[in-house]
Amino acid sequence: MIEVERLTKRYGPATVVEDVSFVCRPGTVTGFLGPNGAGKSTTMRMLCGLTPATSGTATVLGVPFTSLPNPGRHVGVLLDASAQHAGRTGRETLALTARILGVPAARADEMLDTVGLAGKAAGRRVGDYSLGMRQRLGIAQALIGDPSVLVLDEPANGLDPEGIYWMRTLLRDFADRGGAVLLSSHLLHEVEAVADTLVVIAGGRVVASGTKSKLLAPSGRTFVRALDPAALYSALVGAGLPVVRREPPADGGGEAFVVEAQGEAVGRAAAASGVVLLELRQASGGGLEELFLTLTGRQTGPATTPSVPQEALR
Amino acid sequence: MTVLDLAQAPARPPLTRLALVELRKMTDTRAGRWLLAIIALVAVATVVVFMSVRPADEQSAGQLFALSQIGVGLLLPVVGILAVTGEWSQRTALTTFALVPQRLRVLTAKLLAAVVLATGFVLLGLALGVLGRALGGVLGVSSGDWDLPVRAVASMLLVEIATVLIGVAFGALLMNTPVAIVLYFVLPTVWTTVGSMVKALRSASAWLDTNRAFEPLTGDTPASGVEWARAGTAVAVWMVVPLVIGAYRLMRREVK
Repeated sequence: MIEVERLTKRYGPATVVEDVSFVCRPGTVTGFLGPNGAGKSTTMRMLCGLTPATSGTATVLGVPFTSLPNPGRHVGVLLDASAQHAGRTGRETLALTARILGVPAARADEMLDTVGLAGKAAGRRVGDYSLGMRQRLGIAQALIGDPSVLVLDEPANGLDPEGIYWMRTLLRDFADRGGAVLLSSHLLHEVEAVADTLVVIAGGRVVASGTKSKLLAPSGRTFVRALDPAALYSALVGAGLPVVRREPPADGGGEAFVVEAQGEAVGRAAAASGVVLLELRQASGGGLEELFLTLTGRQTGPATTPSVPQEALR
Repeated sequence: MTVLDLAQAPARPPLTRLALVELRKMTDTRAGRWLLAIIALVAVATVVVFMSVRPADEQSAGQLFALSQIGVGLLLPVVGILAVTGEWSQRTALTTFALVPQRLRVLTAKLLAAVVLATGFVLLGLALGVLGRALGGVLGVSSGDWDLPVRAVASMLLVEIATVLIGVAFGALLMNTPVAIVLYFVLPTVWTTVGSMVKALRSASAWLDTNRAFEPLTGDTPASGVEWARAGTAVAVWMVVPLVIGAYRLMRREVK
């Protein structure tokens, strides 16, 4: 159980994290999503007592992280896989952690086995590890104290597709056994497959949060493109159908529209005005995907109408 | 909501365990091992060179022991510096302080580990003194006495501990490996030079220059009260002050 309440971090005049609140319940995987620089890592460091919060509170299992007598026995933390001593072997890194936590030294080898670093890799220096191997080592380090909560910052970075699949399975199992996982990523599809709950952060603020099924539900919107965009637009407006966004021309066709209406209504409006349609389909993805693409700046074209339904997403 | 029962939770790691972990961290990396090996080698080499060039009657166990500590006193502080600054340059602080959020306990553990390490090298020096004298006797090159006065050994131990802790303090204050190492070696030299050039500083230098202040402690005659006071002042200035400021910085610093 992780509870973050109105967490805020300011550096001088710059506010990096503002009023962030969310809850990560036992038995669930919470995806903490946002573009790079959104404040995910800062929030996670505040949660773990590494960065002092300007205001707000964060608790793990009902108490502040720094009040846990032996935090590693309750919370597995992986904030940066590259933050390991390059001159230490993988096995030694885990052995040290086992020693601090007071768990049997044999746990180190057990964990190396779990994350696929047993054998030769275990005796190699971390400086010679690939980023994917460091992620695996970091996950082993997070798991070694048999925690009930995991806090992982971008653990999929550097993992190959097989590694990502492995990690998803591991985190799903962990949550299914009653654990709580907080998992950050700047890629929606990376956490989509494993998370039950999503918290989207941008510019230091939570812009959307809720269960995945709610956030990723298909929208009731229709994507429509006609031979004559202007005529289509008049037809849509004439029929009282709200156009929420314009899409740039593609494949020789004219400008397209995303309409807040079912396909049938859009088709009928076009037919009534004699507009020739080139495309008529359900608008792709849920509102979250659109929102996320807008946030990460990867949208193909500029939206002429501000259409992000933030209220609907909350 | 279930709040964790802190009374039932696994206990926090005791300080002795943390100190042992820190000691292990000083010795389990390639760089750390090399550094310690070089310090030991320098100690052995100093003794061997002295034995091969100096007259037999100068070669007492006590003299060989004292010689073995020259290199140790020079290089061991670097181990102390690295014990602290390595956490930042290697970014292991992120893990260290996530596992032990009470940062001052970690710093204390590092200080304890440094004390153990210094003691270890003094013991190595004692062994070198006795072995050197014995070997020298067999080879017919040493004829000095076997005496290892408790006072001399204890003073040497104190000086070595103070020296390595000054290293830790510099590391804690500056949190940056190259800056800490350079300043550790340059500052005292600058101070010694300035102290000998500027008349007004000459008397102050006797109190604040660790090289001069520690010297009487390891000499043949017991140090006087004033000499102890000088050494204490030097320790306060070069160790306690940086350590206190460093601890304050560590408490407030963001770990990332």
